[in-house]
Amino acid sequence: MHKQTPLYAIHRAAGARMVDFGGWDMPVNYGSQIDEHRAVRGDAGMFDVSHMRVVDLEGAGSRDFLRYVLANNVDKLKTPGKALYSCLLKPDGTVIDDLIVYFFREDFFRLVVNAGTADKDIAWLEVGIAAHAPALRLTPRTDLAIIAVQGPNAGRALPQALPGAAGPVSVLKPFHAAMVPGASGGVMVARTGYTGEDGFEVVCPAGDAEGLWIRLRAAGVAPCGLGARDTLRLEAGMNLYGQDMDEKVSPLESGLAWTVDLASPRDFIGKAALAGHPPVRQLVGLALIDKGGVLRAHQIVHTDRGDGEITSGTFSPTLNQSIALARVPAGVATGNAVKVVVRDRELVARVVKLPFVRNGKVLVDLTP
Amino acid sequence: MNIPATLRYTSSHEWVRTEADGTVSIGITDHAQAALGDLVFLELPAVGRKLAAAEACAVVESVKAASDVYAPLAGEVVAVNAAVTGAPEQVNQDPYAAWLFRMKPADAGAAAKLLDARAYEATIGDA
Repeated sequence: MHKQTPLYAIHRAAGARMVDFGGWDMPVNYGSQIDEHRAVRGDAGMFDVSHMRVVDLEGAGSRDFLRYVLANNVDKLKTPGKALYSCLLKPDGTVIDDLIVYFFREDFFRLVVNAGTADKDIAWLEVGIAAHAPALRLTPRTDLAIIAVQGPNAGRALPQALPGAAGPVSVLKPFHAAMVPGASGGVMVARTGYTGEDGFEVVCPAGDAEGLWIRLRAAGVAPCGLGARDTLRLEAGMNLYGQDMDEKVSPLESGLAWTVDLASPRDFIGKAALAGHPPVRQLVGLALIDKGGVLRAHQIVHTDRGDGEITSGTFSPTLNQSIALARVPAGVATGNAVKVVVRDRELVARVVKLPFVRNGKVLVDLTP
Repeated sequence: MNIPATLRYTSSHEWVRTEADGTVSIGITDHAQAALGDLVFLELPAVGRKLAAAEACAVVESVKAASDVYAPLAGEVVAVNAAVTGAPEQVNQDPYAAWLFRMKPADAGAAAKLLDARAYEATIGDA
């Protein structure tokens, strides 16, 4: 029996096809996954991401603790509500999880971590707290739900469904969040997402989720499943934990060097290992040039610097062509042609600069 | 789930329709297209290829996954549906109109031995 979010019943009632994702029964699509993808690129769509775990960190010294356990530097978070993407690393420099951390007060930071990794992340953080900051409190918020409202019209639709969000929607900058007070504990509205479009993630009490979902639908927001979420994030060039990086690879070989702060004197878990091991591989974008199949995870990539492997691949509805993330030897450059083994054939693909798509616009050149 | 009573089926989710000239048209069922989701690529067998029953002979790829299509019976491929390779979404829209390929059965009675609609429905129920 898999876990169910507070929106499980409404997904089933809508005829969603459900799959196991990280131990949760989640909607993969309601009707056409491609239509759901296009709703987000061109209008507004919503995703139940309540399987992701909100974890609150409270107590004096929270920032010092995060400075030590996160690879990105929380000192970048100066104004309340500001958010930061970071990896959680093991001492050997491999990736335990990726997460978003929100700063609200010096004694209150909020983390949002992946579903399948939540228990291990919390256990890891608890060990760190016991060793370095025993006064801190870590609270997994299983009482909350998360709805992501994404797309160019997300900012118009969200206040219709949640009037209290009108203020934050009009002033929030990307990667910022605000708390909206409310009767049943309030709501966090963040201008974040996983689609490459403008949009918001709304963290609300579990009991409020179904009502909000129904009002969003009435405001014209299309329910979208994890299938569309995957094609959207891949077009946006965003990694998926467990697929594009995990406890076997370095963030420096996962396209995440920009999130690892090796320059500052700050010490953090994993820093010494990463500093001592310059990357020999890199994560790149691939666009299929040949016809003849779809790029998928684990397909072998032949390059003139040696072989690599696709970590995520799919069909891109926006490009009308197959795209992928692939881990290939360092030195393979943007514009290079590579060959991908698709079933019994070798198909030509091109190394492209990420992202493939941002704010509805194609950013890569696919002309043969 | 749409399972027309006039067709025959396999447990691997192909449908088979016997045409007036004795050839059989083959496609994938409504259940199969719904499970795969939006189809984006089809690879069909060459005309003239001789197939054994249950031989993998075509590939249907959706956004989510790739899946083999198996010959429901032994015989020779006599036609492929070029219109559907150019527009795989037709298989999602009308799986029983969007045939993939036609075969001349080695045994004219083979199609009648495949699953009928009720038996196929029972196999889905078990899945």
